Amino acid sequence: MTKFGAMANRYWPTLVLFAFLLASWQAAVTFGNIREYLLPAPLSVWNALWHGDTAWWPHLWTTTFEIIGAFLMAAVVGVALGVAIAWSPVLANALVPFLVFVNTLPKVAIAPLFLIWMGYGIFPNMLMGALIGFFPVVINTAVGLSQVEPDMLDLGRVFNAPKWKIFVKIRIPNALPYILSALKITATAAVVGAIVGEFVASQRGLGYVIVTTQSSMNTSVAFAALVWISVVGLLLYGAVVLLAHLWAPWAEGVD
Amino acid sequence: MAKGLIDLDRVGMTYQAASGPVEALAGISASIGAGEFVSLVGPSGCGKSTLLRIVAGLRPATTGTITVAGRAVTQPIPDIGMVFQAPILLKWRSILENVLLPAELAGKDPRSLRSRAEQLLEMAGLGGFGTKLPRELSGGMQQRAALCRALLLDPPLLLMDEPFGALDAMTRDDMALELLRIWGEKDVAREARKTVLFVTHSIPEAVFLSDRVIVMSARPGRIAADLRIDLPRPRTVELRATEAFGKLNLEIFRALTGKTSMGTAF
Ligand SMILES: Nc1ncnc2c1ncn2[C@@H]1O[C@H](COP(=O)(O)OP(=O)(O)OP(=O)(O)O)[C@@H](O)[C@H]1O
Ligand SMILES: [Mg+2]
Repeated sequence: MTKFGAMANRYWPTLVLFAFLLASWQAAVTFGNIREYLLPAPLSVWNALWHGDTAWWPHLWTTTFEIIGAFLMAAVVGVALGVAIAWSPVLANALVPFLVFVNTLPKVAIAPLFLIWMGYGIFPNMLMGALIGFFPVVINTAVGLSQVEPDMLDLGRVFNAPKWKIFVKIRIPNALPYILSALKITATAAVVGAIVGEFVASQRGLGYVIVTTQSSMNTSVAFAALVWISVVGLLLYGAVVLLAHLWAPWAEGVD
Repeated sequence: MAKGLIDLDRVGMTYQAASGPVEALAGISASIGAGEFVSLVGPSGCGKSTLLRIVAGLRPATTGTITVAGRAVTQPIPDIGMVFQAPILLKWRSILENVLLPAELAGKDPRSLRSRAEQLLEMAGLGGFGTKLPRELSGGMQQRAALCRALLLDPPLLLMDEPFGALDAMTRDDMALELLRIWGEKDVAREARKTVLFVTHSIPEAVFLSDRVIVMSARPGRIAADLRIDLPRPRTVELRATEAFGKLNLEIFRALTGKTSMGTAF
């Protein structure tokens, strides 16, 4: 079977269900006399997306930029902290309790503080996303680097390999599937963080658009913003899945 | 006893397990000469793998001393080939890359050893499998790849823990003959051959391969017998049908079990 054929075969139930839900929703709103500001019909959302007054590009771009920034920050910082923890027991003892504490803080509660400290802007929203998303990366990196079969480490010792070489050739590849599966969680967290940040303090972005519709009762625009958010979120998630496929094909089917 | 390449002097090993101490080895004294092919047989759990790890310097013994090439073993010793009981291939590397791993870990250029790695794979009947991932190979094939990996750097000392354990009888015999060839049975002077310490559960395999078979008792492992195998070399398949071969098998069986008759052991 062709690749496309296989895809079609796998995803047609999803597509059928999706189409059915959309159609039912449209029918319910049209024939059920539901008011537009409570639940806009799919067609109104469609109109808001393409023919409405909202200029989507600046918002879409701002939020996408924040999400990607948050994701990259969480990935880089998370991996770096994970490596530090796995490399040195002293660093692990110093860092882990502190990180656990940071992770238990409700991040939403910190968002207003960010506003005080950093004012309006893209960066605090990025930071919010990174803050929500970095912890699983730290943990999975540290676990993946440490949970190496003892026999594999003996193999390295038989050849008197230096510690850094065992790190590079054995520990890091061993950790890769763990890190990639944490990044799937981070991809979702980055979206949440960016939107939360925008809710609290922003003048642009999809989260900002949603907040403004509260006063204007322009619910179809809020739905349209949701559509954009999920498009960005899905693309990022898909990119991580693709990356896992390319970088850790041996671990395929693990999660 | 003459000084050998490997000298074990009253070596004992007690593991501190969570459930309490486990005495794995007690009072192991032996001397293995350079170029000797020595097999180690003994019941499961008697400490054969433990002994191999101690000789390799991967674990410290609790008592006694180990000397290899005149030096006391306190850390992993250089220039050995080790076949562990499990293949332990790195699952993210192709078979060829796994075989080349020792070169990379020891800081040698893997490119210069590529053709040697390919030859070894060919020898082990894994010719077309160099590009495959370990999970695409059967257990026995993985074990053969691990053997190739141990041989890559042509080490003078080989420590092998049931390297043929997962192979079918025929492949097993083929690999035994290959191992003797690599050891240098035919073309290398006795003292210039590799020194091999070979763990196996198969008495005929031990007799067929070895100059000497050390029989260990059940845990804590002690040396129950140390038998010289004075069969002519190069060893051939026909040798297995001779009376001398059968007698040695019986002798080892008795040392191993304390019984006088073989029954249906094999
Ligand atoms: N890491 C360990 N911690 C605690 N006990 C251990 C450890 N490794 C081995 N042992 C114990 O030491 C004894 C000897 O183990 P070893 O693996 O050396 O046996 P073996 O002779 O190689 O057995 P087999 O033929 O089944 O491979 C066993 O009783 C085992 O339970
Ligand atoms: Mg063993």
